[in-house]
Amino acid sequence: MSGGVDSSTVAAMLRAEGHNVIGLTMQLWNQRRLAGHEGMPEQVTGRCCSIDDVYDARRVAEHIGIPYYVVNHEERFEHDVVRPFVAEYLSGRTPIPCSLCNNHLKFDQLLVVAQQIGAECVATGHYARVEYDDTRGRWLLRRPADRSKDQTYFLFGLTQEQLSRTLFPLGGMTKPEVRERAREHGLALAEKPDSQEICFVPGGDYKRFIDAYLAESGESLPDTAGELVTANGEVIGEHVGIHNFTVGQRKGLGVATGSPLYVIQINGADKQVVVGSDEHLYSRTLRAHRVNLIAIHDLREPMRVSVKIRHRHEAAPALLEKTAADEVLVTFDQPQRAITPGQAAVFYDGDIVVGGGWII
Amino acid sequence: MMRRIYLDNNATTPVLPEVLEAMRPYFGEHFGNASSIHHHGQETRAAVERARDSVAALLGCRASEIVFTSGGTEGDNLAISGLTGEGDHIITSSIEHHAVLHACKHLEEMGCEVTYLPVDGCSLVDPDDVRRALRPNTKLISIMMANNETGVLQPVEEIGKIAAEADVYFHTDAVQAAAKVRIDVKQIGCDALAISGHKIHAPQGVGALYVRKGTQLQPLFYGGQHERSRRAGTENVPGIVGLGKAAELALRGFERGDDNTMSALRDRLQQGILAQVEDSAVNGQNAPRVPNTASIYFDHVEGESMVISLDLKGLAVSTGAACSSGAIEPSHVLIAMGLRADRARASIRFSLGKQNTAEDVDFALALVPEAVARLRELSPAYKRQAVGS
Repeated sequence: MSGGVDSSTVAAMLRAEGHNVIGLTMQLWNQRRLAGHEGMPEQVTGRCCSIDDVYDARRVAEHIGIPYYVVNHEERFEHDVVRPFVAEYLSGRTPIPCSLCNNHLKFDQLLVVAQQIGAECVATGHYARVEYDDTRGRWLLRRPADRSKDQTYFLFGLTQEQLSRTLFPLGGMTKPEVRERAREHGLALAEKPDSQEICFVPGGDYKRFIDAYLAESGESLPDTAGELVTANGEVIGEHVGIHNFTVGQRKGLGVATGSPLYVIQINGADKQVVVGSDEHLYSRTLRAHRVNLIAIHDLREPMRVSVKIRHRHEAAPALLEKTAADEVLVTFDQPQRAITPGQAAVFYDGDIVVGGGWII
Repeated sequence: MMRRIYLDNNATTPVLPEVLEAMRPYFGEHFGNASSIHHHGQETRAAVERARDSVAALLGCRASEIVFTSGGTEGDNLAISGLTGEGDHIITSSIEHHAVLHACKHLEEMGCEVTYLPVDGCSLVDPDDVRRALRPNTKLISIMMANNETGVLQPVEEIGKIAAEADVYFHTDAVQAAAKVRIDVKQIGCDALAISGHKIHAPQGVGALYVRKGTQLQPLFYGGQHERSRRAGTENVPGIVGLGKAAELALRGFERGDDNTMSALRDRLQQGILAQVEDSAVNGQNAPRVPNTASIYFDHVEGESMVISLDLKGLAVSTGAACSSGAIEPSHVLIAMGLRADRARASIRFSLGKQNTAEDVDFALALVPEAVARLRELSPAYKRQAVGS
């Protein structure tokens, strides 16, 4: 229970259906930790695990009459989510902390806690569907009824074991329906706005966050400054550090040219940021590793799928082929814009999540 | 209705029926402001002063040396910031309650120097460390009497002697010692001693600070001349009456030997658990402890899951300290006494109150071993160890 509408409504619905529900909130990050640090706002502005959200979750639990506990997973969150998030940016990639949090915290640590305290399943407010397919003998992850809220992109890492103990009660509902249900259950937070940003990065300014985080840990920001080069290798300027860039970025390049320039590639090893025109951003292939397959046991032969390369990307038709034990090649029918290392490539067969991997 | 047994009395205690009865008239019938000169004020003034006598009797001091406060945190803050100023040096320990630690941290920011003494494996402060930490500008020593997590009693009398020899103030946070062990401020040789109402079966929101006669104390609040100008603000009369009654009952309890009964009950719990659960041990077992507390670690058990599991079955115990969200933070006390981080997380505090009975202890003994066994079964580390051995 995050203290938001979705998880609160899930708790209320399951309780109304007669389930024995225990409310849990994961304390993942101390918002006060970096407040006032190195250009961070003095006031606590981030949403993750804020006192207000915990207060809201607690009020919901009390309102619907379920036991409620806050469980502390700050250490694991820092180790498995925050540190990799910082390290990825510093090596020129663009990370997705939400997937890491799902894989390592919400559907790992939280499932362990659930099992320890005697719960059979963990239910969350994610917009996705999970169901068992008898013919395949596998648990399937499917896109939700409300496509605009689809969160399957962040859930591609779930294992069969995790899916078997997970409930997504909102999978068949739209957001307006969820709010309506929240009102029916008399939840005071039915109109609470959705959270958008990365929960532990106040105001979405990840650069300031990285500076403040490293300063607080007593580490200095590694020098990742280097050259700004064109696709032909021509040096056209300098940049202050590769973590300030992401593929497809246009603003903040610090060079003035006639035609618009975009970041088309970041070479972490030699600290180069490669820029080019919009057409340079398009590519037909990507490679992904650390692959997790959900709908199938193994990828023995090439498979037609549609592939999403970022959360807000329209899944595009492609051919999926296995190239190594833990690596795949995706060849799109049409070139795709700004394929970004560090993001996930998630493979769909209709609304079924076949699996996914991390773009190299 | 689920049977619920409460073994978390170091967090707070239920108000005893006699205490509630004593307080009741002061919510309605006797409502006067104790500073008023009329009949109504005289009535409540008399009640406040009777309570002051009772608290003084519990601590072995004069009534005029008692300042009523809002609780332990206020008493500790009043003593620590009231006895020190910029440039002064304070000696305290690393296992104090946050009321002391955070007050000291604040004073550090305000220009005081603070030494945080380490503790040994039983969470004991070494009096020689206190002596060695003395500096020419040392103004105050603040060492707790009993620790809230382990129940271990500090050598306060020895520390009191050191303070007297060095002519520095000695404050002790006695919140977890009061009503559990006999307290005599003269024997301890302290200049200030804080207690809290709700830890001794009085209500939350009231406490008392003993301040030795003649001690100059800067107040925390400015206002009227209440409490001999040491604590401004209209007295919390019902709370103070409750604290007085609880003090009276505690003193009577010592005469009956309640502390021995309590330690027998605690030992029954502790031994019952240790006998049934392997790879468990008591934190601070070899040190003198208050009679109601047992902090026990269970290897390969996540304390947080244990507390939740037991609560869902009706047994209230605790682990670590709750942070503002209610999540559990690793105990600074257990870490300071050198306990491995995993054992600190695997530690559960059982603390008894006057209301607890042998049946309550047996209820716990029926639940705890089973809960530990289940949690260990789900612990990957425990399985590895079991295969290895």
